[in-house]
Amino acid sequence: MKKLILALLSGALIFGNAWAIDVGQSFDDPELQARYEKIIEEVRCLKCQNQSIKDSNAFLASDLRREIRHLLEEGKTDDEIYDFLVARYGDFALYRPRPSGRTLILWIAPMIFLLFGAFAVWRVTRRRMRLPIDDEPMDGS
Amino acid sequence: MSKFLLPLFAFLLLVGMFVIGLTKDPSRIPSPLLGNPAPEYALPSLQDPDVLVGSADFAGQVALVNIWATWCPGCRQEHGFLMELAAENAVPIFGLNWRDNRPDALQWLRNLGNPYETSAFDADGRVGIDWGAYGAPETFLVDKNGMVVHKHIAPLTREIWERDFVPLIEQLEGGE
Repeated sequence: MKKLILALLSGALIFGNAWAIDVGQSFDDPELQARYEKIIEEVRCLKCQNQSIKDSNAFLASDLRREIRHLLEEGKTDDEIYDFLVARYGDFALYRPRPSGRTLILWIAPMIFLLFGAFAVWRVTRRRMRLPIDDEPMDGS
Repeated sequence: MSKFLLPLFAFLLLVGMFVIGLTKDPSRIPSPLLGNPAPEYALPSLQDPDVLVGSADFAGQVALVNIWATWCPGCRQEHGFLMELAAENAVPIFGLNWRDNRPDALQWLRNLGNPYETSAFDADGRVGIDWGAYGAPETFLVDKNGMVVHKHIAPLTREIWERDFVPLIEQLEGGE
């Protein structure tokens, strides 16, 4: 008995979230279903930022899921669906904004910072290597 | 000396970024509609489901499109000001009742007054999505060519109106 209760409780912990959203509204075609699930994970819920529309129960998120389902049923490609969203809500609607003139800075800034960091490390180590070694010898530990 | 200059510069740069970041409200998302044609729509009227109202109603004129709902506290907040605007005949206001229910919305207009030329009833939120709506109230300024000129998110006030809308409207009305 105890075991059963424990099993049910842990089941509730694991599956609780999965039941929260759009019960039984999936596609028959597993390929479409997979695309659908991938897309809704990529789209930000504008009403409840920092959640994807997959994770949100806000009505706007469920409306957007419905629109995405319709578009998939109409045979639209993933790119066309992302275009649909960006045209209405801007690049911000996608968690990974597609590289374009406007979002270029987002994509290259991390690399620039990395280069800066690498340059700084290089400068410092090079200077240190020129310094005379006058440290106490380290223990071999 | 230059030893301190670089870290200081980096620090100031960081401070500058924080200052910019802190004064920006991440819940206000710039609309890609600005400078683009207003999305067309034709929906049942709130008052009479058999009558279609929509973007054709404001074709060729400078107009406000106001997205509202009875579940939206900010809409109640701005409603008084919309009534004032309507009374002043400043610019025609076209309502998009978004994701609402009809009796509540009609009751609202009876109680608080109706500032709208027409009210479209967007029951399933489809048109709201076309307008990139994510949080009512949202107010759009549309020009005579049907272009979206300005978008305001959050309740409209006299102050915001005078500052953001009036100069644009004068420009639009003047530039014949």
